[in-house]
Amino acid sequence: MTDRLRPRDAAEVADTIRWALAAKEPLEVIGGGTKRAIAGPGQTAYALEMADCAGIVSYEPEELVLTLAPGTPMAEIEATLAARGQMLAFEPPDYTALLGAEGVPTFGGAFATNFAGPRRIAVGAVRDHMLGVHAVSGRGEPFKAGGRVVKNVTGYDLARALAGSWGTLAVATELTVKVLPRAECQTTLMLEGLDAEAAAEAMSRAMGFSGDVSGAAHLPADIAPLVVAGATASITALRIEGFGPSVAARTAAAEALFAGLPQRRAETDESIAIWRAIADGAPFVGTDEAVWRCSVPPTAGPALAAAAPGGSRSYCDWAGGLVLIATPAVGDAGAAQLRANVEMCGGHAMLLRAPVDIRANVATFHPMATGVEALAKRLRTAFDPEGILNPKRMSREAA
Amino acid sequence: MPAANESVLARRAEIVAALRAIVPGEGTVDDETGMRAYETDGLTAYRQMPFVVVLPETVAQVAAVLKYCGQNGIRVVPRGAGTSLSGGALPLEDAVLVSMMRFNRILDIDFANRCATVQPGVTNLAITQAVAHRGFYYAPDPSSQIACSIGGNVAENSGGVHCLKYGLTTNNILGLEIVTIEGEVLRLGGKHLDSAGYDFLAFMVGSEGLLGIVTEVTVRILRAPETARACLLGFPVTEDAGRCVAAIIAAGIIPGGMEMMDRPAIHAAEDFVHAGYPLDVDALLIVELDGPQVEVDHLLERVEAIARDHGATHCRVSQNEAERATFWAGRKAAFPAVGRISPDYMCMDGTIPRRELPRVLKGMAELSEKHGLRVANVFHAGDGNLHPLILFDANAEGELERAEAFGADILKLCVAVGGCLTGEHGVGVEKRDLMPEMFTEDDLKQQQRVKCAFDPDHLLNPGKVFPTLHRCAELGKMHVHRGRLPFPDIPRF
Ligand SMILES: Cc1cc2nc3c(=O)[nH]c(=O)nc-3n(C[C@H](O)[C@H](O)[C@H](O)COP(=O)(O)OP(=O)(O)OC[C@H]3O[C@@H](n4cnc5c(N)ncnc54)[C@H](O)[C@@H]3O)c2cc1C
Repeated sequence: MTDRLRPRDAAEVADTIRWALAAKEPLEVIGGGTKRAIAGPGQTAYALEMADCAGIVSYEPEELVLTLAPGTPMAEIEATLAARGQMLAFEPPDYTALLGAEGVPTFGGAFATNFAGPRRIAVGAVRDHMLGVHAVSGRGEPFKAGGRVVKNVTGYDLARALAGSWGTLAVATELTVKVLPRAECQTTLMLEGLDAEAAAEAMSRAMGFSGDVSGAAHLPADIAPLVVAGATASITALRIEGFGPSVAARTAAAEALFAGLPQRRAETDESIAIWRAIADGAPFVGTDEAVWRCSVPPTAGPALAAAAPGGSRSYCDWAGGLVLIATPAVGDAGAAQLRANVEMCGGHAMLLRAPVDIRANVATFHPMATGVEALAKRLRTAFDPEGILNPKRMSREAA
Repeated sequence: MPAANESVLARRAEIVAALRAIVPGEGTVDDETGMRAYETDGLTAYRQMPFVVVLPETVAQVAAVLKYCGQNGIRVVPRGAGTSLSGGALPLEDAVLVSMMRFNRILDIDFANRCATVQPGVTNLAITQAVAHRGFYYAPDPSSQIACSIGGNVAENSGGVHCLKYGLTTNNILGLEIVTIEGEVLRLGGKHLDSAGYDFLAFMVGSEGLLGIVTEVTVRILRAPETARACLLGFPVTEDAGRCVAAIIAAGIIPGGMEMMDRPAIHAAEDFVHAGYPLDVDALLIVELDGPQVEVDHLLERVEAIARDHGATHCRVSQNEAERATFWAGRKAAFPAVGRISPDYMCMDGTIPRRELPRVLKGMAELSEKHGLRVANVFHAGDGNLHPLILFDANAEGELERAEAFGADILKLCVAVGGCLTGEHGVGVEKRDLMPEMFTEDDLKQQQRVKCAFDPDHLLNPGKVFPTLHRCAELGKMHVHRGRLPFPDIPRF
């Protein structure tokens, strides 16, 4: 059993880490705990749980700036922002159901994983919205970087750099993030029946057209009905968001761009539901497949999906740049084949979900080039020389 | 600056010969006339002749130069186009200046994946020019874009008037190739969006040449907006202009650009370019909306209404491209315009939370009186990035020192109201000694540990960014205190 320590503020976080250093007891760092499964089985006797370091510290809608403690539940943040017509623009996916996890996702988890949803192609990931951080390093020392203003190049950009470090460098105790206005309305244009190649081409055209597409996904025929009720063929979905008259005009322009192809529109509510399902990996919820999350050059995505191991199901988001692949949970869950394919087009494949026995043999993170891996090790040492935080979470070896 | 390494100085002939063997011919410059062009950057108050200049042309040459310098304990200052306003490219007496301006080729344009791969010496504007024929552009647009290099933009995380909507350099970079001080070539990122493992791009962008030399950059290119229109709004009361900016954003509108000028800047610009700016106002806003025609027209109406509600007395919307260009002409010429009314000026670069604008402008007026120097303000109003231009005469006894003291006071004020020392120009040498205004010793030590992971001997661009250099061995030491189990105070489950 893991003993869970729940510090209530930055000073207690520092105390806990200093104690862990002295006791030589590595800590698993947890936000809401919804993504623990990605790291494989727990290996530490103690966990540092951030749930009680929670709450919005300040929110200034006119400045587009929100400061919060990392344990703040995503739902609370989204509700607070929605009340002022704003949002976290990177559209964080909620993988709780996909991972079969319990608990509530927190901002700290989004920050630590840098997982962003469909709008990433238009506005960037979590890291692109980070402005400032207060954290305690694996040395047990509090430090801060960045600030509370949207434009700031004073010192290294650690608020961004710590995003996606999976709690292996430092434990964030306060985060400042840029927020954006929420779109008045949205429409999704759905092109029907395109094959992988035609879909890649269509998504490239859509992204290269001046209609500001804020979501572009391709759902093959076996996946489409799981996302769009009543779908009978593949769907290539293009989302257009913004002010009413603008959305109407841009949607019409997009329709004209694809004139001649079978197409239909999903209006606001249906559109929102579609993109929620795409973001959260809904088609793979509740199955016993392994799930991969691959980031590749957009035009390579559909082909990577098509070349997945036999028996796989898959779909693309980010105009092809993000491929979620569900492979049969046997052997290495297709790791060797998938990763070799990814190497050829550039990018990386992360093992998002897998049974414990597969995790034991397959590394979660894509292997890095030797020189880059050495640099990663030196960076880790710069923040956490004893490897006291999430000791094996990002290491190359399997769990 | 760190004291020059005497043994390096003494070995100059040998070092020049070794460098010349790596970068032959005109690629190694050691004569006074040739090196003179490199003695300063955009921060001309600081000057220093380089030890020797090399202009490599290939990645292998960069790697060999850095490896040689790394092994011989020789300092290195990377340089792009030399437009830094913070002294980032200022030479050191004992450092090899590596100019990257021969790396001037566009390597790959990939419209389907909306990215371009270029060498670091390519200018910012040249990227847009290379993709414009297909309706694309590279979004970050520093005013220096005709001259500054993309490598310099990466090092400074440069911004421009469009960053409120389209982000800074860091939001528009997909991949980098860098060479470390060991001479190792590393490829970070690529054409895909998210990094595997640590976000090395975030470490590199904005690192001011302290972590490695950038030899290749993959940038995101965007489809150019269908149209852009600007409106010119004049406010008799500065506070009203500030409230207007807040109200525009609160209405959910993110303009492509939103710039403010104060009375002295308006007058200087108008006298210089005759853009038709109103002269009877205290603050002028240029709000530009870009996107699809319908959206721009729709939002312009809203912006006009908001402006009138907030006390704007002048309101003009551009009716054509020529008029839009005229609106911008004054703002874009603000620096030279100020240059006409003063022998010298110094451009500051603090950022503040926007709501603090009235307080900061008032504080600046007081400081202006205290230091006996005039100041004109241009301001990226959307994101709170101020550019106070301090007017002085470097030939007048003591004025440079007074201008520097005035500038430091302004930046301290920015930090005091919750802002920062630099929004886009970088710390360099200029703001180095002000870093403790914003950061504690522990904050800076953690930053330097990052430096140590890349450059353990502090050979790359030393004397920039950090007020005190700690030895990496010192920084790596850890004192483990007798750990008291953090119970019963800390709840456990
Ligand atoms: C008139 C004027 C207007 C300006 N307007 C703006 C503006 O609107 N927005 C803005 O952000 N900035 C602005 N600047 C500042 C400046 O143009 C930017 O900081 C620019 O990015 C510097 O690019 P550079 O190629 O001139 O770099 P340099 O000045 O040569 O170098 C800048 C820094 O980058 C490092 N460096 C350069 N190349 C490399 C490389 N290949 N690898 C590693 N490190 C490297 C250097 O060591 C140095 O620390 C302006 C400057 C001027 C003179």
